[in-house]
Amino acid sequence: MKRNIFLSIGISAVILLMPFLLSLVLGNEGLSTKLTARNLAPSLQHWFGTDWLGRDMLTRTVKGLTLSIGVGLIAATISGLIAAALGLMAATLGQWVDRAVTWLIDLCLSVPHLVLLLLISFVLGGGTKGVIVAVALSHWPSLARLMRAEILALKSSQYVLISKQMGRSSWWIATRHMLPHLLPQFIVGTLLLFPHAILHEAAITFLGMGLSPHQPAIGIILSESMKYLSTGMWWLALFPGLCLFLIVRAFDRLARNLVKLITPESIRQRGGDSR
Amino acid sequence: MLEAISISKRHPAHGKEWLFREFSLYLASGEIVGLQGESGSGKSTLCRILAGMEGAEHGDVLLNGESRLKQTRRKGYQPVQLVFQHPEKAVNPRWRVNSILYEGWQPEPSLLEELHIEGSWLQRYPMELSGGQLQRICIARALSPSTQFLLADEMTTMLDAITQAQIWRTMLSIVEERKLGMLVVSHDQHLLSRICHRVVSL
Amino acid sequence: MTLLNISNLSISFTMYDRWLRKSIQPTISDLSLSIEAGEIIAVVGASGSGKSLLAHAILGLLPSNASVSGEISYQGKPLTSHTIAKLRGHEIALIPQSVNYLDPLMKVGKQVENAVRVGEPKKVRESIFRSFSLPQHTANRYPFQLSGGMARRTLVATAAVSGAKLLIADEPTPGLHDAVVQETLVTLKRLAAEGAGILFITHDLAAAVQISSKVAVLNEGRLVDLAPASSFTEDGLQLQHPYTRALWLSLPQHQFTEARVVDY
Repeated sequence: MKRNIFLSIGISAVILLMPFLLSLVLGNEGLSTKLTARNLAPSLQHWFGTDWLGRDMLTRTVKGLTLSIGVGLIAATISGLIAAALGLMAATLGQWVDRAVTWLIDLCLSVPHLVLLLLISFVLGGGTKGVIVAVALSHWPSLARLMRAEILALKSSQYVLISKQMGRSSWWIATRHMLPHLLPQFIVGTLLLFPHAILHEAAITFLGMGLSPHQPAIGIILSESMKYLSTGMWWLALFPGLCLFLIVRAFDRLARNLVKLITPESIRQRGGDSR
Repeated sequence: MLEAISISKRHPAHGKEWLFREFSLYLASGEIVGLQGESGSGKSTLCRILAGMEGAEHGDVLLNGESRLKQTRRKGYQPVQLVFQHPEKAVNPRWRVNSILYEGWQPEPSLLEELHIEGSWLQRYPMELSGGQLQRICIARALSPSTQFLLADEMTTMLDAITQAQIWRTMLSIVEERKLGMLVVSHDQHLLSRICHRVVSL
Repeated sequence: MTLLNISNLSISFTMYDRWLRKSIQPTISDLSLSIEAGEIIAVVGASGSGKSLLAHAILGLLPSNASVSGEISYQGKPLTSHTIAKLRGHEIALIPQSVNYLDPLMKVGKQVENAVRVGEPKKVRESIFRSFSLPQHTANRYPFQLSGGMARRTLVATAAVSGAKLLIADEPTPGLHDAVVQETLVTLKRLAAEGAGILFITHDLAAAVQISSKVAVLNEGRLVDLAPASSFTEDGLQLQHPYTRALWLSLPQHQFTEARVVDY
């Protein structure tokens, strides 16, 4: 079983690194307009075909992915950190802070996700900054709720009570007892945010609110390909879409396998720590 | 002397209902007192209140005359220790046994021997030890020189008769040696009548 | 008629711990025992001795990483995963350990009725509640609202109404007050008198001796002794196996801390 998990992690890692490697290999040549090579279907010279400006789709897709992954990662990480901080505050700073944070969580969750994203992005004037902030500010609620629940449960678990009874400080308990338990949950939670973040970036850009058309992000590529679908240029949407799907899947797999690696079976089998 | 003075505690899950009202008991050093009661009557909650892990709506707990509930408790290893019923819940499953054993203080080899704790257990994880073995670890970590009172909440209920007898044999001698005060919560009438000086009901 | 026959049952698990180290978990080795209709056989042992595994093995509820060898047969026919799926809840029923095994979102009356196999559910439920001295309004409660004694009786009721011929009681009296334990034992005895065969898994040796005809003693997964209940006299001298004798004499009502435990 060990072998399978490492293999799976390896494959996921390779898939995730591919865009970056390919991007280096391919260079920027394919991005320039080449009017003699317009609208070509996939061939040996252009694996993913070319678009209406003669740009190589493979290069565009690869560059687009690196951009989207980059934006997604930054946004998800910030989101994760906000979630951890707010979850921690809610669980440890008393009733009023808890109520305030919970109210905020409920507020964010009650607004339709995409609407919230578009709103924030709009307010910030779009662009890379807009997208990152928008995604970061809209993804933390569920993870925060999870962190809060975990911390609250841990606080009342018997071994924490005994640790306090034996004179250990809150800081000691937090770092030696709670953190090791929370970290895997946090890592998985954040990693699982990446696919969302990437997809949402693609979505807002697709809707015209995100990255500028000059930057070849997946969202732009997919959005523009829509205009040409009816003319039969299926490769403009299929390959980028497929690649996006693969990347998102790879992240998901990676997160789940990392958890399997870190969590002792005894806890996994019971479906979580017993309190 | 550990005293509970007229403690009243509300039921945590049932709103305004009382779990128990105006309950008092005292425990002197060197005494072994039994506590019995219906399941759900609040015996475990009372133990936590006595240990200072929980508060109560009314009443107070006095340790050698000093109030425990009405003032913030002193830092450090508490003189009132509690051993729970299910050892697997009372230890961090991610820690090795030696970390668990030495978390609060350093038990001497003589104590470990008295409790029949073997060296081979220390490198293992809690999951690899049996209930009886884990419980001995939990007892050892609760018996530092600072411990004056030990609250045993159904400490041996989940263990087989042989392990139970062995543990109590050791406990009786330790209690006598150190003049500890011990509260034994159990539903087993035979056990209580064998080891306790007197028995109270909740 | 022999209801259940277990021959040379061995169960082991491979588990993967943190960082995926392999570890072997509590097992059962080479266990053989049989139950006749109307008989109560107790299986006694410490936690970790493998007794709960036995219940799960019979009911076909072992996790996928378990490897099993040996045979289990019901009424002479081998009990495969296929047949047990059909017999579960009908001819072979489990009396679970706690109310946590009940559906927390369904009223208990309904749950008991759902377990009825013969007769009109509501009527059967009413009659079983009467015979267990459960007030009828209990049917409208949810599991978490039941007190210890009521919960106990409800759990036994769910198994009793199924008309099962083989009942497996998995720790039916965990740390309960004497009066409630006695009630449960009386009920089990009655069910056996009505023809059911009962496998009584417990770590309460005294309770086991009270109602069973034979007591099987497990130590670290091995069946070390199968003693008739009559040999459990107060002085324990009629008990052949040293472990059984040590277990019996160690009880607080007997020699307790004075009992001599010899290594075996």
